[in-house]
Amino acid sequence: MKRRDFLKAATVGVGSIGYTGSSQALMREPLKMPPQAVGMLYDSTLCIGCKACMVACKQANEMPPEFAGTEQRLYDTPLDTSGSTLNVIKLYKDGTREIKDRAQDGYAFMKTHCLHCVDPSCVSACPVSAMTKDPLTGIVNHHADRCIGCRYCVAGCPFSIPKYEYHDAFGQIQKCQFCSHLQAQGKIPACCDVCPTGASLFGRMEDIQQEAKRRLQAKPGDTYSFARGMLGGDQPPHEAKIPVYQQSVYGEKELGGAQVIYLSAVPYDKLGLPTNVPDYAYAAITEGIQHTLYQWFALPFVLFTGLLAAVHKSTKEEREKDVSSTAYEEDAS
Amino acid sequence: MSGYQPIGGKLFTKPFNLFALLALIGICLIAYRFIFGIGAASNLNDGYPWGIWIVMDVVVSTGFGCAGYALALTVYVMNRGEYHPLVRPAILAGLFGYTLAGMSVMVDLGRYWLFYNLLLPWYMQPNSVMFEVAICVLAYTVVVWIEFAPAFLERFGLHNVRRKLSKLLFFFIAIGILLPTMHQSSLGTMAILWGHKLSPLWQTQLLPLLFLMSAILMGSALVPFEGNFASLGFNRPPETHLYSKLSTYVFLLLGSFILIRLADLTLRSAWGYAFEQTTDALMFWIEMALYIVPFVLLFKRDNRSNRQIIFILSVCLLLAGTVYRLNTYLIGYHPGPDWNYFPSIMEILITIGMFSLEIALYLIFVKHLPVLHRAEAEAA
Repeated sequence: MKRRDFLKAATVGVGSIGYTGSSQALMREPLKMPPQAVGMLYDSTLCIGCKACMVACKQANEMPPEFAGTEQRLYDTPLDTSGSTLNVIKLYKDGTREIKDRAQDGYAFMKTHCLHCVDPSCVSACPVSAMTKDPLTGIVNHHADRCIGCRYCVAGCPFSIPKYEYHDAFGQIQKCQFCSHLQAQGKIPACCDVCPTGASLFGRMEDIQQEAKRRLQAKPGDTYSFARGMLGGDQPPHEAKIPVYQQSVYGEKELGGAQVIYLSAVPYDKLGLPTNVPDYAYAAITEGIQHTLYQWFALPFVLFTGLLAAVHKSTKEEREKDVSSTAYEEDAS
Repeated sequence: MSGYQPIGGKLFTKPFNLFALLALIGICLIAYRFIFGIGAASNLNDGYPWGIWIVMDVVVSTGFGCAGYALALTVYVMNRGEYHPLVRPAILAGLFGYTLAGMSVMVDLGRYWLFYNLLLPWYMQPNSVMFEVAICVLAYTVVVWIEFAPAFLERFGLHNVRRKLSKLLFFFIAIGILLPTMHQSSLGTMAILWGHKLSPLWQTQLLPLLFLMSAILMGSALVPFEGNFASLGFNRPPETHLYSKLSTYVFLLLGSFILIRLADLTLRSAWGYAFEQTTDALMFWIEMALYIVPFVLLFKRDNRSNRQIIFILSVCLLLAGTVYRLNTYLIGYHPGPDWNYFPSIMEILITIGMFSLEIALYLIFVKHLPVLHRAEAEAA
């Protein structure tokens, strides 16, 4: 191939790969829900804001209290997840805050922690496999012993969940690990275990999804028996009336789906969840681009071969002249 | 024949002393960061985990460092041998741009002592854009030192080694073109993962292509920028005739860049964001102006051989690349309403220190190593 042709081909190649405009031509196959996925349903309408889950989380994960919300250092008052806090109950409030679970002049609770995405950005972002997704349970775990602290997972998480310990010269990334250590002992995540109303409910992903659908199908005002702790577990249920839900389950499709799913009576964006998002993970795009450009290393190899030939030819004169002549040494001495 | 020559002269000049002092301050503050942590030295936070240490010292600095890459592309691939006198100073810019970017990464890494995990096969994560960028930048830093090695070997009279290396140099030159093509485009891909956190003014699947083009534009602009200071500062004749030919390529590339950028914004119907009263919109128009002004100037052929105008052009293009990358990585990045970031004094001084170190080392290198071309040096 002539140099000119090679350049032309290279330009067209690079151009056509880049040029997809708004279509998703380069997307890789979205990841699927793992076979033995476990998950959590957070029903905002059941949450009473007691924050027992936050206390239990700190105990289960041996994390220090944080004094962000008050000047008096009396009790744990984090405002968001951080290097010392993996789980936070937040409050949505509007106007007079009269009625719970109403968008206007009302308020609602929101539980913020890792959603254990089906197709997690943090796992895709991590250069050293410090973020992993369990192939069976789907739990997204962080391994500090591998982490180099680049914080691309912090920037890359669409829910801004992983946090770094900036106050520490030898800090690490912290995020909810779905109490993997408790689950390994046959227990359930601490936040679900202590929740008095069943707002945080643990279970097999399939069961959890069905439960969310059942609640959406139930008639508002009817009495419903809300499971507590684990779906199908031995805690007695909590009887309450079915509220007027938003008619969708957040986390079912959003950004490729999550293993922590949400029900709410106020719109999800009021709770701080990103709603104007595609139903695939952004990682499916970045990996799609990378896989197209680097599959089998074919394109870089072709490019390299072309470059090698071109450079070899254009440096020929330089090379031969330099090797055969001693002019430089004489000149330099 | 090498044709390059050290220019000699006094080292401790006023500019050198100033840059050396700033570099020293930066190094002291880096020590402070390592003792007391990232939080103590910077305003980085969980909303903005990346600040100017990454955006200026790595994303922008390696863009400048693409001088060597852009020239190698012109000289060796387009076979334009007449630009040869510009190659070695351009490689030197790449050497500093990348080496100091590597150092800045170590300052910014939260767990730098585990850095070697990137090289352990059982931890490597090839799906990660970050992995590819890290490995390519690391590899290119090594390659650019090898490309620059002849200058050391000539200076210290190691002619046997130099002759052996010059037989193999074409191989490293080729890798030295491949690697920036890969990681500069991936720097664009990296921001795609941010999805809705990045303003639609910058978020596009064309980011890899646009970042690659912006790298070549920044690298090409650095050559006359640096050359202009070299000719003024060291009283050397300007190499305007070489830049004027180079500017034709820049003109075409710049035109394509602007065209792709505008077409992409139109196809994604993102123009609305450009007319809001936001910092995003303001920065977008500054960026656009910095790209369009040089393009308009280059339209007139006479301008391409005008020394002053070429200098203005190169400044515009370097700023354009800086603002484009700053916008994509920081200004247009919106983690949520509760987060703010503006660099701390220490952060800024560390970044200034890094760039000052670059300039101070440049002055040492051109005075004591054969970097600038002989023909011009003799004429001076």
